[in-house]
Amino acid sequence: MSSHTIDEGAHFAGSNRLFISVWAWLLALTGFEVFLGYKQVPVIYMLVILMGVSIIKAALIVAYFMHLRFERLNLVLTIVPALVICICLMLLVFFPDSFRAKALRSTGPPPAPAESR
Amino acid sequence: MATEAQAIAGDWGGGVHPYRVGHRKLGMWLFIMSDSLTFSALLIAYAYVRASNVWPTPFPFSPSIVFSSVMTLVLLSSSLTMVMAVSASSRGQKSAARKWILLTALLGVTFIVLHSLEWRHLYLEGLRPFALPAEWAAKWPGATPLFGATFFGITGLHMFHVFTGCIYLVVVAGRVNKLNHEDVEISGLYWHFVDLVWMFVFPMIYLLSINMSK
Repeated sequence: MSSHTIDEGAHFAGSNRLFISVWAWLLALTGFEVFLGYKQVPVIYMLVILMGVSIIKAALIVAYFMHLRFERLNLVLTIVPALVICICLMLLVFFPDSFRAKALRSTGPPPAPAESR
Repeated sequence: MATEAQAIAGDWGGGVHPYRVGHRKLGMWLFIMSDSLTFSALLIAYAYVRASNVWPTPFPFSPSIVFSSVMTLVLLSSSLTMVMAVSASSRGQKSAARKWILLTALLGVTFIVLHSLEWRHLYLEGLRPFALPAEWAAKWPGATPLFGATFFGITGLHMFHVFTGCIYLVVVAGRVNKLNHEDVEISGLYWHFVDLVWMFVFPMIYLLSINMSK
């Protein structure tokens, strides 16, 4: 089993203190998100801020907890750009259509039923 | 000769191990990539139906948001215990690694229990995958019944990942003496991914559905 392993444990990096501080930052950012909800910030600002904070939290988890920061640049460049591009493409395909669908929705009174002849 | 070639080859040289990780760890990263796209598609689809419909915002800050915040705290703490397990494993402390892994699984089970309680509460309130409770339908006229489908679908898939993760961790804890460090690290990758997904599910499903009138 060990013959398949590359440099077993050799490139593990990061101290427990570092991980605890990352955890504290994640808690603080989550607290900030919940605080925004408590203060009832308008939805559009809420959406932008929450997505920004979530991306920061995801980056912290991937970089430190999943150790991607300590891996070879080859691995990082194989994983991250492809994922980001795919997600952006999905957003670009879906979102304009979701707003179009909303514009098509009737906001007036319902049409009168057709009279029978 | 081979040593000389390896010395010349830099990070971009590739060689035998271009990523300096074992094939199983690379496989887990590729699985995480594909699973990320699955959750991204679900969350984007959720955003699609939400943006194009009248959407109920039924969660009061207390107790719903407070309760889901506690769930988030539990999951974040499980990530810390998992990273401690990987750290202990890297130092060859198998016994400590086992304890941290089991604590992680326990926190995962706690998350599932809390989530199940919340599902039960919403079910008793009348929420179904394709129907809103009568009270919600009266409060938000014309609201789409897809709220239940997206809520149960996304949180259910996430809960399934937590459930399988708990089983995975218990198996790893049981066999930790036979496994090498990279095996523990791979299980950690999966668990952190489950935590990462929740970092998007929590704000999108819960925080953006806070009932402003309460």
